[in-house]
Amino acid sequence: MKLAYWMYAGPAHIGTLRVASSFKNVHAIMHAPIGDDYFNVMRSMLERERDFTPVTTSVVDRHVLARGSQEKVVDNITRKDGEEHPDLIVLTPTCTSSILQEDLENFVERAQLEAKADVLLADVNHYRVNELQAADRTLEQIVQFYVKKAIKAGDLQTEKTAKPSVNIIGFSTLGFHNNHDCTELKKLMGELGIEVNLVLPHEASVHELKSLPRAWFNLLPYRELGLLSAQYLESEFGMPYVDITPMGIVETARCIRKIQQVVNAQIAQMETGNPSELGGANRIPEVDFEGFIDRQTRYISQAAWFARSIDCQNLTGKRAVVFGNNTHAAAITKVLAREMGIKVVLAGTYCKHDADWFTEQVSGFCDEILITDVNAEIANAIARLEPSAIFGTQMERHVGKRLNIPCGVIAAPIHIQNFPVGYRPYVGYEGANQLVDLIYNSFKLGMEDHLLEIFGGHDTKEILTKEVANNAALHWSEDGLVELKKVPGFVRGKVRRNVEAYAIKRGTNSITAEVMYAAKESVGA
Amino acid sequence: MTTQAPSALNFECETGNYHTFCPISCVAWLYQKIEDSFFLVIGTKTCGYFLQNAMGVMIFAEPRYAMAELEEGDISAKLNDYEELKRLCLEIKNNRNPSVIVWIGTCTTEIIKTDLEGIAPKLEAEIGVPIVVARANGLDYAFTQGEDMVLASMAMRCPTEAAKPETAKPEAAKPEEKAVLKDTRPNLKQLLSFGQRSQAVDAIASTPSPAEADPYVDHAPLILFGSLPDPVVTQLDLELKRQGIKVAGWLPTKHYGDLPVIEEGYYAVGVNPFLSRTATTLMRRRKCKVIGAPFPIGPDGTRAWIEKICSVLGIEPQGLEVRERQIWAGLEDYVQMVKGKSVFFMGDNLLEIALARFLIRCGMTCPEIGIPYMDKRYQAAELALLEKTCQEMGVPLPRIVEKPDNYNQIQRIQELQPDLVITGMAHANPLEARGISTKWSVEFTFAQIHGFGNARDILELVTRPLRRNSALEELGWDKLVEAAQV
Repeated sequence: MKLAYWMYAGPAHIGTLRVASSFKNVHAIMHAPIGDDYFNVMRSMLERERDFTPVTTSVVDRHVLARGSQEKVVDNITRKDGEEHPDLIVLTPTCTSSILQEDLENFVERAQLEAKADVLLADVNHYRVNELQAADRTLEQIVQFYVKKAIKAGDLQTEKTAKPSVNIIGFSTLGFHNNHDCTELKKLMGELGIEVNLVLPHEASVHELKSLPRAWFNLLPYRELGLLSAQYLESEFGMPYVDITPMGIVETARCIRKIQQVVNAQIAQMETGNPSELGGANRIPEVDFEGFIDRQTRYISQAAWFARSIDCQNLTGKRAVVFGNNTHAAAITKVLAREMGIKVVLAGTYCKHDADWFTEQVSGFCDEILITDVNAEIANAIARLEPSAIFGTQMERHVGKRLNIPCGVIAAPIHIQNFPVGYRPYVGYEGANQLVDLIYNSFKLGMEDHLLEIFGGHDTKEILTKEVANNAALHWSEDGLVELKKVPGFVRGKVRRNVEAYAIKRGTNSITAEVMYAAKESVGA
Repeated sequence: MTTQAPSALNFECETGNYHTFCPISCVAWLYQKIEDSFFLVIGTKTCGYFLQNAMGVMIFAEPRYAMAELEEGDISAKLNDYEELKRLCLEIKNNRNPSVIVWIGTCTTEIIKTDLEGIAPKLEAEIGVPIVVARANGLDYAFTQGEDMVLASMAMRCPTEAAKPETAKPEAAKPEEKAVLKDTRPNLKQLLSFGQRSQAVDAIASTPSPAEADPYVDHAPLILFGSLPDPVVTQLDLELKRQGIKVAGWLPTKHYGDLPVIEEGYYAVGVNPFLSRTATTLMRRRKCKVIGAPFPIGPDGTRAWIEKICSVLGIEPQGLEVRERQIWAGLEDYVQMVKGKSVFFMGDNLLEIALARFLIRCGMTCPEIGIPYMDKRYQAAELALLEKTCQEMGVPLPRIVEKPDNYNQIQRIQELQPDLVITGMAHANPLEARGISTKWSVEFTFAQIHGFGNARDILELVTRPLRRNSALEELGWDKLVEAAQV
């Protein structure tokens, strides 16, 4: 047993549900007790989703404990098949079904006989993997399933597209700024003259998966989701993948150069492989993105110029702590250290399962590395290091509040304010602009705060909270004051004034709890 | 006692495939209510993830709750439950020094059959902190029923006069009370000395202004059960005081050490509709007489609640009719807004019957009341009042759907097009996008809705979507999904 107050990565089934509900027309059925469908609330609230979340529960209750699920799971799958006509139903195990050890695979096989939809059992074990690992695994599972299905049916599309093209893998429901990143990367590919073949799993249809091999390569913007799928596609079809997160100016350039290399290698391969068809007039010219990178970096995107400007000079040597998932914490660490001259005193990740990758990425860009999923450890490190700014999750934001250190949120776990409606990508050239604002504003706020403290501030709180003048004759009794204290601070002044006004009107000069509640009622009257 | 289900109400039961909060959510409000408690939820990451997200900002305020997260070694019994729990509870004792640790059993502890009830007394003796066990799991219960499980366990910890700890209230050792305390003879003697004790309790619990004479009549001790915010506790206490009724104690209290004395023959009355197990425990195990009354939600409910208590205690209620009328007069603007509109309860927190009854009294119609669990015995008086209200208002009786099926309900909602759907957050946004006004049901469990003075707050919640939508009415874009998806 472990005493835990807060967790960074959710349970495994959340990962499966994120992937399943990202696809179009895929329905997930959880094998879980009442109340475990909290995922639906999160999706509906955080993403302000207009549609019903395609997740239902096959409820595990006392009867299931006593006699097993029996027909229940199968019935629920076929019922959902009839109601919603999904392309795929993903049966999702939870911590509960992990211990019950029912033969869910058997239910899936039986349901498959009746259901028109394809039926899959998500191959995730609650006690072995977390949300991120489960998401990666489930995506791979779905990709494999449909690729194999297409091979069997003989309609797998293996012929490459005429022009260079890409599958972008890794955008999902409840992912940090995923919607905006997706738009930005599509735009970037467009500017590079690369066709987007498929985007996975966000809004993809499972029917499209048979055309996955048509793309020249796969692009993985995030370390956490898509790697298994890309590795599978590489081993099966020799599809290369680019797994450099284009976050920050330098990494974006590195990612684009890698794409250039991959594309040119394929052009070269095609020529040697099939010289007659692609030779002569049809020959595809090699790509050269250097001009694009240079122009974007120098003049179009503002990030590089900003780093040179006087404002950013003032940030030189300022101390920062970074904590988050692998992708974001590593990328932000590099941006801070390499692009803005900020001293990263500590960089950390909660992706313990992939700690080596993180260590390798941030080595040389920070003083200290912390791999932990215990929030007290990172909180203590922040308190010890006293940075000028923190870049972390919502938890670090609250640590910052307590210690009076500003915090920019760069990774999940996140709240509703981290699902902005406005365009806020983190990747590509616009993403670099956004990062500059985020980083600069975090430090500037801290600075302003500090200066105000030194010069005594310019706040005039006393004047604002001045009370009504003619209340000298009024007396608050003990119990009245006790009740008044129960009123939340930000409205207490108003309540006090209303109650006093009421007492004056009624000619009462002693305010008891009774008078106070009578006043509350009278406001309605 | 025979179950007197109002014959005309139509009860149905569906598949139980509905959305609600897991009952472990009760720690969110109970740890705030019982200020010296610590809640330890013994479960998995799934439970933790739910609590973390459902409680939102509260999680950051150093909550007095934590997960005892079960790992693979716990599931396969490689680790010893007793030793593991001892280690964690000692850590909690050292860091937080609570007066009570409440263990919340979950689905997992049920399935692997962890003997929490068996371990707790041993560990309690060993570490010297009371441990209360409540099995509030999603296998058996929904949302607010979690509080019911905790309070039922706490009811067993309420002291008797004889066992009342001297240290809990040092000033309580008044001579006349001591005489009662020392008397260990049968309860009849104690029952006969009610007046004496209740005066003694008065002297301790309140400090009446010297000018004021004892405002209470002589009646048998009355315990109120149900966790309410402190201001609402004060309001209901004052409301009963107007009738000369003294509240001998509340279950729960702000401090665990202040749990009220409960003796055989005491009266008890519930303030919330989801407390059937607590009522049963008070009745069967603590030999209390539980007063079956409608719940003090809405002015009609509050009045009926007080009247029922009065009638049981043999008191003639004073001025209630006038008071109810005044409150209704104050609600007029909101009542006009809801009059004639229809409301559909999808059902997730067990407050549904009482809220529907109040809204029908306000002039609304209600085609369906979904509810997770319907205790027709504990809610008998509330159901009777619902039926009476429908007859008096001349509206059809709602169908009451226990263990609803959310998918079927959505179909019925599409058909009926109600003016307001009271539902969980999972369905609220999708319904709004389809042009159906919704109110998030969970707000009713956190807002102050009890007593005369808070009736307006209920209507404030109910009318909010209606007011918002009328503010945006002229814009025209009320359906925001493509036609094919509606």
